[in-house]
This record gives sequence, structure tokens and C-alpha cells, in this order.
Amino acid sequence: MDLSRRDALKAMVAAGGAAVATATTPSKATAATARPDAVGMLYDSTRCIGCKACMVACNKANKLTPDTALSGGLWQMPLDLNGQTKNIIKLYEDPKDGERAFIKRQCMHCLDPACTSGCLLGALKKGEFGVVSYNADLCIGCRYCEMACPFNIPKFEWSSTAPKIVKCEFCKERLAEGKPPACTEVCPTGAVIFGKYTGLLAEAHARIDQYPERYIPKVYGESEVGGTQVLYLAHTAFAKLGLPAYGSDPVPTGVREVFQEIYQGIVPPVALYALLAAVLMRSRRQITGEASPTEPPASDAQEREAP
Amino acid sequence: MTTETRPQPVGGAIFTRPVLALLAVSAVAGALIVWRFAVGLGQTTALNDGYPWGLWIAFDVVTGSALACGGYALALLVYIMNRGQYHPLVRPALVTSAFGYSIAGLSVMIDVGRPWLAYQLPFFWHWNLRSVLLEVALCIMTYTFVLWIELAPAFLERAQTSSIAWIRRLGEMWLPVLRKSLVWVVAFGLLLPTMHQSGLGTLLLLSGPRLHPLWNTIMLPLLFLTSCIAMGFGVVVLESALSSRLLGRAAEIDMLAGLGSVIRPVIHLYLVIRFVDLIVRQQIAQLFAFDGYSILSLIEIGLFFGALALLREERQRRDLGTLFRASMLLLLAGAMYRFDVFLVAFQPGPNWSYFPNVNEILITTGLVTGEIAGYIVLIKLFPILAGQPRVAAPRAARIAAAQPQTVPAH
Repeated sequence: MDLSRRDALKAMVAAGGAAVATATTPSKATAATARPDAVGMLYDSTRCIGCKACMVACNKANKLTPDTALSGGLWQMPLDLNGQTKNIIKLYEDPKDGERAFIKRQCMHCLDPACTSGCLLGALKKGEFGVVSYNADLCIGCRYCEMACPFNIPKFEWSSTAPKIVKCEFCKERLAEGKPPACTEVCPTGAVIFGKYTGLLAEAHARIDQYPERYIPKVYGESEVGGTQVLYLAHTAFAKLGLPAYGSDPVPTGVREVFQEIYQGIVPPVALYALLAAVLMRSRRQITGEASPTEPPASDAQEREAP
Repeated sequence: MTTETRPQPVGGAIFTRPVLALLAVSAVAGALIVWRFAVGLGQTTALNDGYPWGLWIAFDVVTGSALACGGYALALLVYIMNRGQYHPLVRPALVTSAFGYSIAGLSVMIDVGRPWLAYQLPFFWHWNLRSVLLEVALCIMTYTFVLWIELAPAFLERAQTSSIAWIRRLGEMWLPVLRKSLVWVVAFGLLLPTMHQSGLGTLLLLSGPRLHPLWNTIMLPLLFLTSCIAMGFGVVVLESALSSRLLGRAAEIDMLAGLGSVIRPVIHLYLVIRFVDLIVRQQIAQLFAFDGYSILSLIEIGLFFGALALLREERQRRDLGTLFRASMLLLLAGAMYRFDVFLVAFQPGPNWSYFPNVNEILITTGLVTGEIAGYIVLIKLFPILAGQPRVAAPRAARIAAAQPQTVPAH
């Protein structure tokens, strides 16, 4: 056995140290690309009148009981997305100049989602049409998706004893029937429209070009966290509307660098295991208990440290 | 042969008043756990959609498993760094590790919403190989088994001296088998914590966009790994100091002083990574901004420095009280670092807040008291602690005590 403890230590340091190496090299995040069949949603805040018809339609299509707790059971009144609400219209009002804008929030259907990267058994998966969908049969309710999502989208049924994750799944059943998502179907002003992802992106830019005074010259979701299939246009700063200024690196980039690349093909862990076992062979008399009568006389006894 | 005495049961009454008191707290926790499953997490915890992970994850799992790294740290020292003189500390460390990890696993099952589906975790055809959490979950599950197997010789040795024939046969049959294969198990015992303790840090990389810049770094895995090794040594020192004080045993001061000097380079490494990272990411000014986050970081880093200062001189390292204080500071530092990353640095937005409620705190407390009670019972019944008379005795007496002893009455 030619392996020394020094080698084993080196390997252990290397396992962690690979993280140092990757961290010191510039980020080689590859921009996420949309699937050819990717669909999308374009929400134009300047066209939204805040009627919330989309919220009602969403609850109906997804068979969600409206959250009426705050209104004493009278009408739907969620404070945010929650276990009963996959889609919400919020009003932003500037406390100083009174500037107002509506904003629609639901799952962004990221091109390279954090939630699906973290999900243990793939209960959340990016599939047909690029939709991030949920399969409760594979969900153990760990809520890592909630920890991971940069947009705070997945919600949990906290009051249930068999809780599920609740989030917009782009009305996947309707999509399968060739129908658009319920919210886009009922919108009276066309503030939220459905279509092919690439087409919507072009449409968004065309609107900015056509009415430059009406929009901030930016399509939110085009580059944020690698791109999202839900796109936003607005007159009000996106950050004020609750859409943070994120860079173009997909959220799972760091995990890819220090986790997936190190563990790739499970070769490094297996190699490290073999190395450890080889080194441990020298200490085996100690591991097994020195006075063991069953222990065969070890040939490497002289290698053991003097007491 | 060294003069090292073989481990032997401490003996004495099992259900002493302190043990019963500890178990009473666990019973309360047990009732609350039943309630949690009866009505769901929303009513029984302060967890919410902004802070979906709270005390149970930050303490029981993330901090608890780091506090249970004594077995890992000592195995590194004894078997890889070849410091055989620390071998007598391995078994007691394995007990705290085995309990710590079992409790981490149990907490996860209380925390997740749909634990009955966790049986699917070993089904590799469902595995999402990009998931750090899957790696952590599988490693922790496996490592918990590994720890109990590493500890099994203690149970089997005890079985050999049993007065019941079939238990004796069990010990005689399995001990040689186990001893032959233990090397392979111990190798797992070194690999798995390296993977999942760093993995616990990697977990929060996915929350990166919402993590405060003081803690949001690609170095999280290395910082978690180095600090868990330091904490592992810290726990061994603390536990050894406590059990010698509480059980009236002579302190293993040579070994503890030695560990005191082993801890120092590990803390140094952690601090170097921490500071170099802050400098490279140009966040070092944030550290001295003296807002809430900067103050928390400074306290956390200060605790590490405090432990270092207490362990600086050999004279200090040979003093049981100083060792105790130093290891307390170190464990506090590591725990605080983990709380800061999981609960403070993580910022879901201004509308969300979290502070653990009474149920969460009581359940966590009950799990910890159960662990302590379990530790006490195990060292009394099984050969865990290095054999030693109750008071420091001349070497001759100690060697005599090492001879095959009669089973303590209980």
C-alpha cells in the first residue's frame, strides 16, 4: 500500500478545494436558452386596470378556494400569493408623488429555474412548453423550492395535514387541450397575453420601440436570472413593483460550479472513498480494537506509532 | 501495548432523577410532535412562506449535525493524521455523533410536510442529481446508520459479557465479523460528513440572490466544512470536560490539551477563508458598517477569535475550566454562523418575519434533552468511556481495572 496519509489529506482538501478553484475563475455561466416549444406570458403594467378578473379565473381554473379571510368571507382578498392563490394583482402607489401601477405576480417559469434544481425527487420539473409543473406524489414537503426561488413564488399549504406546494403551472391541463392559461383568456384589456416565448419577446420590444415614452426601455425577464418565460413591461421602476434587479446568471450557477462539477459522474466521491479506505487499512488494528483476539497478526505492525 | 485502558461501562443506577427530568421534557416534546402531525405546521409553528425553514432546520439539522461532528473530527485526527493517542476519545464522540445525527434525521421528518413520501428517497430512478438537498439527505441518512454501526462494537462487547446465553452468542458471533469490516464502514464515516457538511453550506447557494452579501459566497461549502470540524473537536473537549466533572472521573487532560492545540489551525483556516473571501468579494467594508448584519458577523467572528485566544498557551490548554470556556465559545461561534446564514442572511423581503414559537422551541429542547439522557444511559450500560476508576488512582489500579471486569450491577 503506497498511499500515504498525506495523499488522503490532499484528496480531502482537493474535494473542498475544487470549490476554491472554480470560485477564483471567472463565472462561466452559460446563458439559459428557451426550449423551441416554450410558451410565455407578457404582462404590460401600463394596460392593467386592476380588475382582478384574472385572479378569479385562475382560482376557477385551478379549483382553488378563494382566500376570503381578510374580507370576512365576502370576497377574494389575499395579501400575497399563498396556498390558495397562484396569481395576484397588486397595486403599487408611491407614497410621495402618488405614482400608481398594477403588477401581476405568478410563477415566472424561469428558463433555468432554482426550484427544479433543488427539488429532491423532481416533484418540480420543467417540461413540455417550458412549464415548471408540480407532481405532489414526489414531494416530501421540504420547502427547499421556497428557499430557492428568487421571486418568492412557491407557496405551501400550511394549514393542511397533507400539504402541497402551490404555484402557477401555466394552466398545464388547459394547454394540453390547446387553450391558453385562464388569466390571459379573461383579461379585458389585453394587459396579459399568451403566446410563443420568442414571439412575445419580439412583441415586447416592438411596444417599447413604438411607444418609447410609455415604457421603461427594458423587458423584465429577458435576462434576469438567465431569462424567464413570463415577461414584463412597465412605466414604473421594476424594483418598486417587487421585481428585483437581478443579474443574468441563472440561480443554479453557483451550485453547478461547486456541486455538480465536483460530483460529476460520482467518480470523485468513489475515488475519495477508495483512498480513505486504503489509508485506513494502516490503522485497522486501532479501528477494530487493539486487543482483539480475532485479529490476525498484522504484518505492518511495525508501522504503528510507538505509544 | 499502551497503558491505555479499554472502555468499560460507568455503571450505577440508570433512571436517576436527572435522567427522569430530562425524559420528562422529551415527553412534553413528544406530545407536541403528535399535535403538529394532527393539525399541520401552520398552527403549530411560526414558519411561513417567507421563512419556510426555521429553528428545526437551522438548529436541529444544520447546527445539530455540526455539533455531532465529534466522531468525524476525531476519526480524521486518529486514523488519517495518525494521532493514535486520541483513540480513547473516539467512542464517546461516536455516541454524541450517533445521537446528534439521529435527532437531525428525526427533526427533518417532523419538519417536512409529507414525510410519508420520504420512503421514495432511496429510489434512484427518481433522483434529481442536480439537487444538493438530495445529496445532503441521502448522506445524512446513510451516515446515521454508519455511526450506529461504528458504535456497534460497544454494544456487542457488552453482549459478550451478558448473563443471557443468546445475547452472549450474538456478541460472540457478530463482533469478529464487524471488526473485520469496520475499516470500510469508517471510510464511509469519513467520506459522508465531508460531503454533506459542505453540502449544508452549498444548500444556501440557491438562495444566493436573497442572501445578505456578508454571507453570500461560493465559499459557503468550505466555511461549513472547516467550521464543522472545529466544532467537532470542540464538542469532544466539552463533553469530556463535562463528563469528568459530573461523573467524578479524572480528566483526560493530556488528550484535551492536545485537542486544544489541534483546534487552533482549523479555526485559523476557517477565519482565513472568511476574511480572504470578504476581501476578494469587496465586502470587507460591509463587515465594519456597524449595522445589524455587520454587528452579528463581528460577534460571530469575535467568538472564534475568543476561542483561539483562550487556547493560545499550553498553560491555558491544560486548565479544564479554560478548555471548557474555549469550547463553549467555539460551539457558540459555529452555531451562530449557521443561524446567521440560514435565518438572518436569508432575506425573503420586507413583508416577512420569523421567530420560533414556543412549540418549536419546546420540541427542539425535548429532542436535545432526550439526546443527553440517551448519552447518560449508554455510557452507564455500555463500554464507551475509557476505563477509569471513579477517582484518579495509581496506574497499577487503573491497569487492574482494565482486566476483564465483572458486569456492573444495575
